[in-house]
Amino acid sequence: MNRFSYHRADTIDDAVRALAADPAAKIIAGGTNLVDLMKYDVEKPSTLIDVTRIEALKGISETEDGGLRIGALVPNTTVAYDERVASRYPLLASAILAGATPQLRNAATTGGNLNQRTRCYYFNDVATPCNKREPGSGCSAIGGLNRIHAILGASEHCIATHPSDMCVGLAALGADVHVVGPDGERVIPFADYHRLPRDAPQRDNTLRLGEIVVSIVLPPDAASHGVHHSYLKLRDRLSYAFALVSVATALTMEGGTISSARIALGGVAHKPWRRQEAETALAGRAADEHSFAVAADLLLDGAQGHEHNAFKVELARRAVIRALGQAAAGTPQSQTDKRIA
Amino acid sequence: MSVHRDLPARAIVGTQTVTIAIALNGERRSLKVSPATTLLDLLRHDLALTGTKKGCDHGQCGACTVIIDGQRINSCLQLAVMQDGKAITTIEGLSPDGALHPLQAAFIERDAFQCGYCTPGQICSGVALIAEGRATSREEIREHMSGNICRCGAYPNIVDAIEDVLVQRGQLMKETVE
Repeated sequence: MNRFSYHRADTIDDAVRALAADPAAKIIAGGTNLVDLMKYDVEKPSTLIDVTRIEALKGISETEDGGLRIGALVPNTTVAYDERVASRYPLLASAILAGATPQLRNAATTGGNLNQRTRCYYFNDVATPCNKREPGSGCSAIGGLNRIHAILGASEHCIATHPSDMCVGLAALGADVHVVGPDGERVIPFADYHRLPRDAPQRDNTLRLGEIVVSIVLPPDAASHGVHHSYLKLRDRLSYAFALVSVATALTMEGGTISSARIALGGVAHKPWRRQEAETALAGRAADEHSFAVAADLLLDGAQGHEHNAFKVELARRAVIRALGQAAAGTPQSQTDKRIA
Repeated sequence: MSVHRDLPARAIVGTQTVTIAIALNGERRSLKVSPATTLLDLLRHDLALTGTKKGCDHGQCGACTVIIDGQRINSCLQLAVMQDGKAITTIEGLSPDGALHPLQAAFIERDAFQCGYCTPGQICSGVALIAEGRATSREEIREHMSGNICRCGAYPNIVDAIEDVLVQRGQLMKETVE
């Protein structure tokens, strides 16, 4: 680990000032990803700004319009087992419990989950070229080992994926990310928070210099999917592994007909993958395998595999169909009993 | 247990050592730590509490699990300087008067280890699992223990030991084997 300065911030403004003043500074909260990356010398911050004492970043509260605000410091465990989340946004609770371990979920925070880095083997190994870690050095995953890499939205510069489960749920629910920076507060729709790599894979998200995540707001209209939802995660072992492919879906139904659909994919792109066309195609359709397959094909249109991950295109297609079936039947995937119904 | 409520209102800044106050296994300690020291290294290296083990040092194996303010946490991924004001329990703190914690006794009864290296982390994790009260079947015990790896493969006996304590406490009905 490199030598760094430690700054314990007492207010949001204090943290923002310190971050804006030093582009090499990093915010630390749960530390589960950042400390790990510092041990590998992947991250070498000049200063760690400890935000864990800032009261304004804590707690879950109701919004005036019937949504739910989750403070950036709220641990993953607290969100997953919160009664309001479990009853109104069970898709989010399920996505969180599909990821990591109890120990990591106890430490990892809501804001930190958004800002975790890719688990691409080459990003995590400073002995290899990586455009995300060292812009311009090349991509070792293209032509290298790429089983866990992207099949959608990648570029010639980077085929890394965003590793989060929670973010796939948040993307499907259409959450808002509230951030505060030197110019005050702004709201970033979840779909615009993470970005595709294009020619700047070193940038995971659209935060500007000095901005920090202060809360996530779950919209009231996403609370209507209490029954028809599912988070289906496929991986190389049944617990504590990152997704090869995951699907978060929530439906509103009238009898056997879908009124509206939300679908987001994890493990396949540089950000949670959502496409309006796929969701629109399900509206007004019978909840049957034909409709699900049409939506899956639209969602995966243009998917491109590499040497070791081409299987993910068909895996994702089948996972979408299966998850939509689970959601339509009101039988969401269990995160304890991993058998896929 | 709260060590001190009046945390420094203003920022500590710098690369120098920082003084922190923690409640460690029920005892109040004032310690000087450098910002880059992990809690795991503080425990093992500076305080000679070697019950907590370093396995992977990357949050993947669970051997370093301790209980911080009631939550099981990988101590290898926590910076010591950030623990100011917290109550920390390590494996050494589970039997302060020499009497084994019921889960420690159950591990012996069920022979829930072979080499023993992962055992302190397994037990701290299991103690927290029991306190959480969320595991209500063997299957759920397994899922809730997924953060602790045992390379000797003592998993069935580890689940037996945790199940025994949950049954003793009325949190679980004994599952019958057909």
